[in-house]
Amino acid sequence: MRDASPKPLVQVTDLKMHFPIYSGIFRRHSGDVKAVDGVSFDIQAGETLGLVGESGCGKSTVGRALLRLYEITAGKVVIDGEDVASLPPEALRKKRPTMQMVFQDPQASLNPRMTLARIISEPLDEHTDWNDARKLERVYELMDAVGLNRRFANRFPHEFSGGQRQRIGIARALALNPKFIVCDEPIAALDVSIQAQVVNLLEDLQERFGLTYLFISHDLSMVRHIADRVAVMYLGKIAELSPRDALYSLPLHPYAEALLSAVNEPDPVRAATRKRIILKGDVPSPANPPLGCNFSTRCPRVFDRCRVEDPALRQVEPGRFVACHLYDQQTAAGPTGAPEVNERNQQGELQ
Amino acid sequence: MPDRAVPVLDVKGLKTVFRTRGGEIHAVNDVSFHLGKGELLGVVGESGSGKSVSMMSLIGLLPSPPADVRGGSVMLNGRDLLKISEDELRSVRGAKVGFVFQDPMTSLNPVFTLGNQIMEPLIKHMKMPKKAAEARAIELLELVGIPDAKNRLSAYPHQFSGGMRQRVMIAIALACDPDVLIADEPTTALDVTIQAQILELVKELRQKLGMAIIWITHDLGVIAGIADRVMVMYGGQVVEQAPVRELFANPQHPYTRALLKTIPAISGPREARLKVIEGQPPIMTAAPTACPFRDRCEYRFDTCDRVNPPRRAVDGAPVGQGHDVACHWSAPALAALSEVAHA
Repeated sequence: MRDASPKPLVQVTDLKMHFPIYSGIFRRHSGDVKAVDGVSFDIQAGETLGLVGESGCGKSTVGRALLRLYEITAGKVVIDGEDVASLPPEALRKKRPTMQMVFQDPQASLNPRMTLARIISEPLDEHTDWNDARKLERVYELMDAVGLNRRFANRFPHEFSGGQRQRIGIARALALNPKFIVCDEPIAALDVSIQAQVVNLLEDLQERFGLTYLFISHDLSMVRHIADRVAVMYLGKIAELSPRDALYSLPLHPYAEALLSAVNEPDPVRAATRKRIILKGDVPSPANPPLGCNFSTRCPRVFDRCRVEDPALRQVEPGRFVACHLYDQQTAAGPTGAPEVNERNQQGELQ
Repeated sequence: MPDRAVPVLDVKGLKTVFRTRGGEIHAVNDVSFHLGKGELLGVVGESGSGKSVSMMSLIGLLPSPPADVRGGSVMLNGRDLLKISEDELRSVRGAKVGFVFQDPMTSLNPVFTLGNQIMEPLIKHMKMPKKAAEARAIELLELVGIPDAKNRLSAYPHQFSGGMRQRVMIAIALACDPDVLIADEPTTALDVTIQAQILELVKELRQKLGMAIIWITHDLGVIAGIADRVMVMYGGQVVEQAPVRELFANPQHPYTRALLKTIPAISGPREARLKVIEGQPPIMTAAPTACPFRDRCEYRFDTCDRVNPPRRAVDGAPVGQGHDVACHWSAPALAALSEVAHA
């Protein structure tokens, strides 16, 4: 199936993003925060890949590393045929128009001293040699595309509401006709009734301009709405990567299962009968991840092997990738449910 | 478990105005509700709907100026909180009414130990000796599920994660056995799996302690799982109020109906396109003389521009007791209209 499809627009291979920790009076390099630790995925042209996980799991870092807003520790990020991770500065600059970003906080990501027209035309100043008239024409075009009234061109960001500011951020991201846009929690700071406006806009623009999105969010219901495939991250690694419908109807990785069960459904009847998996404890520190599987400290289905061996992300069904020993051939081929038998024996001894 | 017949809190006609340089902002306009013993009332609304401000007005938590609580009564166990002195009010806060805020990062004092902060209300309000307060603090931490409570008393807030800090905040709010706990978006800043832990904890605590809770949130999903009754606010007013199942099954106000449709579903059929409520919430620069939702309402007609609809009963029970709504349209008329609109 995969071979028949065209080459993916974005190919990420074993991406690592470590931030060094310096400590002691000599500020010696004493360790690393492994924010992203070996992440691989593809995004097809025109597709929306949802990237979900809890705070600190590294999802935003992945988004930023993809656009090389950080110097990547290791790995390859091929976007439209070129490895962004290793491009020299001048080539990277030329590459930037094809890949853009929409940020979470429209308040903080817009310069309060610049007018809307200047904010949207800044990428044009940087990357084109157009004259002012042509740039203004493009600004108007973009404002129309995102649903901002042309009369607002000379106003400042503080005069706009959160939803409108996010439209400004989207217009700026679109200015250079990008192919790929990283949307980093674009609706997290907005009110419920405004979120739908922005999501519908993103979908319209995708259809009109053939955009490819990496949609980073912690809102699992919204990701179900917008994404074609979804990657679930936990502590710097991908736990599961599956097509949307498959994941939401039957999550395979125990973390994906717990995460989905924790979503609050706006339906009191269903909420009363639904079984939730309540995970114990907190996410471990990425500076000192547990031995073996990252999720082993909180996993309700943990067994011995999880605590010593880190599971790799494997394809377990066509198109579904899971990093869990439960779905490993070896475990499955052996005496089925061997770990559970062991547990039962131990309990038996205790009794 | 919840006993609606015994009201713990009865609020009538609450009005709060902020005086700013740009003029007055009428943040809370004639809000009335009551809270029964052991009941959990969910208050839903978008930012600026007046949900937090009205609850903070109740117990005098808003700085004045700029805030000015202009009218109404807040009866807590037979006493009007708007008429008592600041000293009396201070003894009510903490002892009778506990408050949990949204952000557990900023609502704990970083320079005092947790023990210190939990024991403070016990020593101040309950006049407990230090030894007894310490024992009670340990008990409270165990109650909210913090392991190794005894040794954690000497820890500082920064040594705790967000979810743990919110547990500590709940412990502090519960310290003096309050009659009412007001929780202002207590799970909004937390991750979903931690949110689930806290919701589970609150359900457990309700069983054990039986206090009444006001839960302020913008998240209808949280409300669906935890509330007995829901009050929907818009433009500083209560636009709809009903028992939780009734509200979700049979929403009356156009705003509530639209709000329920803008949220994408996590299960069941996936919508091709999200329903949108066009426009922005209003900024109330004057006392309302018309329906605050009219600019965004699909069903607006001339009366909406002239008269602010009063709350009226939907199901025959008196307003505030059963299901009530503040809209000029009757339910059958609205149903007929929406059929025409979506046909």
